[in-house]
Amino acid sequence: MTQTIDTYPHYAAAYAAQADEELPTLRRLRTRGWDAFQNLGLPTARRGNEPWKYTNAAPIAREVFAFGHDLRAADVGLTLADLRAAAPWRDDWRTLVMVDGVFAPALSDGIAAAQSGGLTIAPLPDALDAGGAVLGSLAAPEDDGFTALNTAFMRDGAVISIPAGADAGVVNVVYLTTGREQPRVTYPRTLIDAAANSRATVIETFVGPDDVRYLTNAVTEVKVGEGASVEHYRLLTEGMDAYHVGVSRVLQHKDSAFSSVSIARGAALGRNDFGVKLAGTGAECTLNGLYLTKGSQHIDNYINIDHAEPYGTSRMFYKGILDGRSRAVFGGNVTVRKDAQKTDAQQTDKNLLLSEYAEVDSKPSLLIYADDVKCGHGATAGHIDADTVFYMRSRGLDLSTASRILIHAFASEIIDTVALEPLREYLDEQFQSAIPDANLSLSFGGRQ
Amino acid sequence: MTTQTQRVISRDTTSEELNSDYKWGFTIDIEEEAFPKGLSEDVVRLISAKKNEPEWMLEWRLKAYRFWSRQTYTEPTWANVEFPPIDYQDIHYYAAPKSADDGPKSLDEVDPEVLEAFSKLGIPLEEQARLAGVAVDAVLDSVSVATTYQEQLEKAGVIFCSMSEAIQNHPDLVQKYLGSVVPYADNFYATLNSAVFSDGSFAYIPPGVRCPIELMTYFRINQADSGQFERTLIVADEGSYVSYLEGCTAPMRKSTQLHAAVVELVAMEGAEIKYSTLQNWYPGDKDGQGGVYNFVTKRGKCAGADSKISWTQVETGSAITWKYPSVILQGDNSVGEFYSVALVNNWQQADTGTKMIHVGKNTRSTIVAKGISAGQGQQTYRGLVKINPSANGAKNFTQCDSLLVGDQCGAHTVPYIEVKNPTAQMEHEATTSKVSDDQLFNLQQRGVGVEDAHFMIINGFCRGIFQELPFEFAMEASQLLKVSLEGTVG
Repeated sequence: MTQTIDTYPHYAAAYAAQADEELPTLRRLRTRGWDAFQNLGLPTARRGNEPWKYTNAAPIAREVFAFGHDLRAADVGLTLADLRAAAPWRDDWRTLVMVDGVFAPALSDGIAAAQSGGLTIAPLPDALDAGGAVLGSLAAPEDDGFTALNTAFMRDGAVISIPAGADAGVVNVVYLTTGREQPRVTYPRTLIDAAANSRATVIETFVGPDDVRYLTNAVTEVKVGEGASVEHYRLLTEGMDAYHVGVSRVLQHKDSAFSSVSIARGAALGRNDFGVKLAGTGAECTLNGLYLTKGSQHIDNYINIDHAEPYGTSRMFYKGILDGRSRAVFGGNVTVRKDAQKTDAQQTDKNLLLSEYAEVDSKPSLLIYADDVKCGHGATAGHIDADTVFYMRSRGLDLSTASRILIHAFASEIIDTVALEPLREYLDEQFQSAIPDANLSLSFGGRQ
Repeated sequence: MTTQTQRVISRDTTSEELNSDYKWGFTIDIEEEAFPKGLSEDVVRLISAKKNEPEWMLEWRLKAYRFWSRQTYTEPTWANVEFPPIDYQDIHYYAAPKSADDGPKSLDEVDPEVLEAFSKLGIPLEEQARLAGVAVDAVLDSVSVATTYQEQLEKAGVIFCSMSEAIQNHPDLVQKYLGSVVPYADNFYATLNSAVFSDGSFAYIPPGVRCPIELMTYFRINQADSGQFERTLIVADEGSYVSYLEGCTAPMRKSTQLHAAVVELVAMEGAEIKYSTLQNWYPGDKDGQGGVYNFVTKRGKCAGADSKISWTQVETGSAITWKYPSVILQGDNSVGEFYSVALVNNWQQADTGTKMIHVGKNTRSTIVAKGISAGQGQQTYRGLVKINPSANGAKNFTQCDSLLVGDQCGAHTVPYIEVKNPTAQMEHEATTSKVSDDQLFNLQQRGVGVEDAHFMIINGFCRGIFQELPFEFAMEASQLLKVSLEGTVG
């Protein structure tokens, strides 16, 4: 135990320096998180550590991050225009903005704790009545060192609590890191608690400046009640020097539906650890994702679906476009437990390698303990198909247009699954403005 | 004096019948050899001395032993199998060759239950006698057959002998290739094997020779059970071809529980090695008691251009299987293949698959793995496809299908795909399902009984793999599957 503290003295110092928390729920959670961290440390050991087989967390563990307690968002001088440039934004969405881990009321819109009918969309400290019971129950700090740290330093975040039968509309949560006081760490925390037969659409955007080293250690918990339906989007657009470790845990009850699209393009070292448990019969889950890497980026998607009850349906579909010397990791697990008969699960990972120095490590696994199931998975990796390019050129398209069309088509298969139309348009526009060039000589005879 | 012959058991044998003599490690005649349990440098020296090995062999063994005995060197824990920790100091690492006198003198002395198991598998009488451990000189036919084949091999220039003989008679070849594919420091079990390996097979096919017969350990009758740490080395020189068959379909009870074998294959330019395995060792009884731990390192190297290595395995035995026959595709245009049927029943656990390491240009690999889980069996396909930056135009196709029979078993698929070259194409697909109710209905409607219908469907599921086996082997494999699945349905 003491060894862990010796290894991470800066975390111990930051924990000791935290002001005494007045809210008992937060105080209890922080203690629990810190106790867990002392046992766990960070997952830096690689040998025999399957979840971190292809990603080295050591650079994150080595870095000493500042954890500002006193910064107020108002001091930053960010305007609405800055926000709209950094993240998707619309008038008719409710928007919650955290700047450097702290709620920024001036940039937020349409939020309230316990509105009429019991709907809560509020920053975390104001919403502990609504969310306190669920916090820490889905993403247990005891499971993972990063979650433990997030819990130990929990301060602010977004709570979206939807009463039975209600519709929360679209909630846009933006976690923005500025370049102040670096290297800095923030601990965003999002909680979505959708009661029976309720509906919600939630966008989480993580964004920050390039050329600044910082860490975002985010935890999201989503409880989808019986018959409820939650649509979730996760946009990872951190700066190109940033570290991001995000842990999302979803618990689905009977006949609930959860769909998520995760787009990862930012962060020097980014990890999206997404876990869904189908804990009621007839639950449906769709997890789609697109990862775009370039330069020396390293993006790791670690996606788990756990079928614990019968008649569940899940679809996992991730695609990657890799350029430069970047590396992408896909670790997908679908577990079907003994009782989860009649499960229908599909898992797919497809990769497009644009550069001869890019690397993809894909590990799509199925763990099946029930017999009456329909499960399958597939994975591919390759370059742009030379025959297709030839076909397009024979119809008068130049090489670069042909490659742009093909790469766009590859990505569209994921972007098109975004049901929220304004967001889909936003993402498509963003993608089109930054389509990487394919080194097409690779299609024709390999590297020279 | 304790007598311990190689016994054959059926799946219905109870643990009480077996446990009396079923312990970790060799059951040897201690009075005669006075060889202590446990492993130390002295034991390694003794093994080497007993086998009258040259200095370089001893040095290699010692190097492996020293590496193995380091505190930080531990067993791999990533496999999806569970077993109590093994006490490596409670194992005998050397056993004197068994005396023929200990065995039954004729088939009449063999347990009738065992003979029934044989006849179910359709094993010829002479072979039954050999498998049951009847003293070899009583089975004259087999001996003469073996001798005939040895002459045929000699005429072709093929060297096929035991590893011990090879170390004595062909030291240059052994020294050159031993450890060239599986180095002594490869993994925990391979290192242990390198230090204490007992015996195994050695084959060398000279350039341009097509081995006239399929090589089988069967023909080396006197070395039929070469112990728990087998070491096999097959070298196919330029443009040669060899097909090697390992194992047999009879439910073989090995005299030891832990088996850590190593198999190395080397294919030079244009050479082809086809390695087929049928493994049906004692899987433990119906309650999961006992059974063989089969922790094997098998690896081939396509060292030259246009070479090919093909692994085909039918794995129905052993309590725990930990086995990944692999191919290093080093030569340009080389081909690696892996075809596998693995069946787990009762409490068996299998974590098996392959590794295809693409290094050379335009290398191709194909993986087809079929897993059948029944009873409380747990089965994992774990396979790596690695495409190195140099492997331009490499191609891989992987297909893993799992079939579940019963609701207490598990089937898992864990592929690792590492691609470092954009011109490579790799595809992986896998499905998991149970025996289709529609297909069963269709067969039953046409008058096929429920059990036969299951076998027909499962047999069809494995057909593609059985076709890769030599003809007689394929017939036996299909029969073996049927016997192994008995009692799981209906």
